[in-house]
Amino acid sequence: MNRNWKEYQKEIADDHYYYARSCIRQNFFPGSEKAFLDIMRNDLNRDCFDDPLHTSCTGIGYHADIVPLDTIMAVVARQFALMGEAGYENFISSCITSFGIYTEILATWEEFPETEERARENLYKATGRTLVKPRNLAHTSDIVFHHREAIAARARHRLVNVLTGEPLRVVEHIGCHYAKIFPKSGVGGSEFPYVLAGMVESWGGQCVDYPERRHCCGFGFRNYLVQANRGYSVANTQKKLESMAPYKPDFIVANCPGCAMFLDKWQYTIAEMEGTTYGENGHGIPVLTYEEMAGLVLGYDPWALGMQMHQVDVEPLLDKMGIEYDPAAKYLGMNGKYIGQPASAIVNCGSQDTIYNIKQ
Amino acid sequence: MAAMNFGFGINKPRVIDLDRNNLRKSDEILREMPELQTCIGCGACTALCTAGNLTSFNFRRVHTLVRRGEYEGAYEEMNKCMLCGKCRLACPRGINTRGVVMLIKRKLGDF
Repeated sequence: MNRNWKEYQKEIADDHYYYARSCIRQNFFPGSEKAFLDIMRNDLNRDCFDDPLHTSCTGIGYHADIVPLDTIMAVVARQFALMGEAGYENFISSCITSFGIYTEILATWEEFPETEERARENLYKATGRTLVKPRNLAHTSDIVFHHREAIAARARHRLVNVLTGEPLRVVEHIGCHYAKIFPKSGVGGSEFPYVLAGMVESWGGQCVDYPERRHCCGFGFRNYLVQANRGYSVANTQKKLESMAPYKPDFIVANCPGCAMFLDKWQYTIAEMEGTTYGENGHGIPVLTYEEMAGLVLGYDPWALGMQMHQVDVEPLLDKMGIEYDPAAKYLGMNGKYIGQPASAIVNCGSQDTIYNIKQ
Repeated sequence: MAAMNFGFGINKPRVIDLDRNNLRKSDEILREMPELQTCIGCGACTALCTAGNLTSFNFRRVHTLVRRGEYEGAYEEMNKCMLCGKCRLACPRGINTRGVVMLIKRKLGDF
């Protein structure tokens, strides 16, 4: 391998992971984290420890200037201590914000050892635990990327339009905090991020290269958290959507909780505000997480993956991939219990009322 | 159906999109005053502008916007110029800046 290109590679552990969940993904895409654990444990036979003791990394509070640096370092030190106590040394994070936080704090401790000592001391005083730094830190999209060929070997569906035989056109969106802060922390660095493109290519799809491919999704923390600033947030998403629409993407895949949420939900907002939609036939463009994409490739039921929680309907994509699904089961949760149905929306052409006739 | 009120709007971009802007007037101005293309944007004209010291008038900003097809408000801005000509004395490229002011006013009077 070319020596320069080696600098853009990343060491990713093969097994025995300590899994740190995301706090916001539980609400936005509740099936994704379960799908990740199922894929790792059941399909790939990997050891993945889902620890109920760990907490939020407090990254959103940190980026909103609410949580001080010393506090977040103590919280992160506790997560690492829990990993050590559980007997693991490969720390994987489900959230890009958290991943950026862990990377930043490890780098801070490396550059300023006195801050590590302070965090170690604060952790011991507060909890009596001892800090153990991870041998390997990766985002869960790195892990799926690492196992992409094994997943491709087990694929029941490919990212191919079954009606035309053409590869699906996929917009891959990488969260800014994945590698834009510390380029060496990501596969392909910040210049050539390959983590999602690698999955798409291995599973038969084709990535769309559009002008605003590396633009932020628009979340930006304080740009969204304050309601008056949200016009700036949605304007960034609109800029991306306008840029990708001429390439007629079949779906968007993102590796960040915030990106997947905003690229999905802002399509609804823009449609309700201006009546503009960016997908085919007046619909929005479906937005998937990489676990959902992997789950569909492996033949998981789309409703078990939680895809009914998306603002933009995913059925057109499922039809293209030739995935069978039960429309009547879309809003049925555990034990067939009706979970409620969203109101009709312009981004879905208001069609939900007519397609699904579920009696409450 | 009335648009839903979310309590915020979508910010309009502030980028200058040369593909969307109508550059016809800009091209006419550059054809009649080709020396304007030699401007290096140093800002000497604006730095010593008396009108600029007393009002928000910024000659460099306005003529740069006009050259990029952003005509809105340019005529009104150029009306702030007192045509004293100090900018012409300072211009390292020897551009007839007073001529530029008059040309923009003539071309964009109806904008």
